[in-house]
Amino acid sequence: METGTSRVKRGMAEMQKGGVIMDVMNAEQAKIAEAAGATAVMALERVPADIRAAGGVARMADPTIVEEVMAVVSIPVMAKARIGHYVEAKVLEALGVDYIDESEVLTPADEVFHISKSEFTVPFVCGAKDLGEALRRIQEGASMLRTKGEPGTGNIVEAVRHMRLIMGQIRKVQNLSKDELFHEAKTLGVPYELLLGVHETGRLPVVNFAAGGVATPADAALMMHLGADGVFVGSGIFKSDNPEKFARAIVEATTHYDDYSLIARVSKNLGTPMKGIEISKLEASQRMQERGI
Amino acid sequence: MNIGVLALQGAVAEHIRSIGLAGGQGVAVKQPEQLDTIDGLIIPGGESTTIGKLMRKYGFVEAIQQFAKAGKPLFGTCAGLIVLAERLDGGEEPHLGLMNMTVARNAFGRQRESFETDLDVAGIETPLRAVFIRAPLIKEVGGNVEVLSTYKGEIVAAKQGNLLASSFHPELTDDYRLHGLFMDMARQAQ
Repeated sequence: METGTSRVKRGMAEMQKGGVIMDVMNAEQAKIAEAAGATAVMALERVPADIRAAGGVARMADPTIVEEVMAVVSIPVMAKARIGHYVEAKVLEALGVDYIDESEVLTPADEVFHISKSEFTVPFVCGAKDLGEALRRIQEGASMLRTKGEPGTGNIVEAVRHMRLIMGQIRKVQNLSKDELFHEAKTLGVPYELLLGVHETGRLPVVNFAAGGVATPADAALMMHLGADGVFVGSGIFKSDNPEKFARAIVEATTHYDDYSLIARVSKNLGTPMKGIEISKLEASQRMQERGI
Repeated sequence: MNIGVLALQGAVAEHIRSIGLAGGQGVAVKQPEQLDTIDGLIIPGGESTTIGKLMRKYGFVEAIQQFAKAGKPLFGTCAGLIVLAERLDGGEEPHLGLMNMTVARNAFGRQRESFETDLDVAGIETPLRAVFIRAPLIKEVGGNVEVLSTYKGEIVAAKQGNLLASSFHPELTDDYRLHGLFMDMARQAQ
């Protein structure tokens, strides 16, 4: 009997496919998310939009919040640790969370090194905006990926950019000859063996979700159309007018992302979505996607 | 032979791949009407609460119950096993309520307790590599249910006529023997 094998850790993410993982800040929101059909919840002290508004250093949530959420739902509970913060991750593992997000939404604890994730029993998800970042995170032991997008903006444009870039780079790598692959590995800054795997299979070795800017059912469906395996919704649900309705509608739109009359139906009378931010209005220092590359 | 995989949420592609390895044709099933075109249906791993909700919403519950009544085989893995059960531990509302058994969800603990192991399964000659992810287990079965496998004394695979269920994920390995066994059931049903 073996625990924490890569099959067990990656397999857990496979079971999330086609699903929606929702950010929640307390037990009540966690119950709303579960009742709406979320496949997992991310327990946080503040959603990204609030982190952005509050400024200062964003850290791992108070363990009380994480435990409170774990106590009320039967679906998996994820939680965020700062990039490079080994101890925050160990604390979350000790609490028994089901997945750790080593996340650029929090203020990085290490500007050079990510956590060595292979040595943990609990699996990790990490953000990536291109194939290089994606494969570096996998090499460090990430069992699941997500686009970085631009968290807390309610603007889908960066998640689209990252998903398109990753899918385009995968297609390019598929068509390289064996001798070109080594050079490409050097250019991307990734291990040759992982790149060879992408070349041979035409896909990443782990599940890749969309995240960072999903605000409406149509946004979620767009990311599925572009090749995402599922969707993370951060501020988009509990910063909208009617979280319950938004949550249910996003779940349905993710399952039936190519059924446009269904998406039309679930998009009716949802109320106001979260107020978005135009990306060009963000100063470089406020762009979370530049953290941890 | 066409084997459908219920594609509302979960590990659909992995089952389609295993069916292919076992010599069949796997099809993603998103609409109840598609049930008329398949010889058997797999309910995959995923989150049983999500799959159950979407099944109710899109009219899959009655459609799959009729499919089973017509003698067509069903195979539930992990969340799929929960969906098949007549009784859920803790008084939770059952989903399809087809298999005469009581199932406990997340029975082995949280993700850090998830594991893989070699497992003996009745009808399969040598042990199978079984992957358990936040897995359920079968607390008790009715007289008409055949126990196919146990792990540390707990039931983790069972069969009742045209219904097959496992706590673990045969679709996460290259070993397609359990899918082969399910395809034999579909062949016999024809």
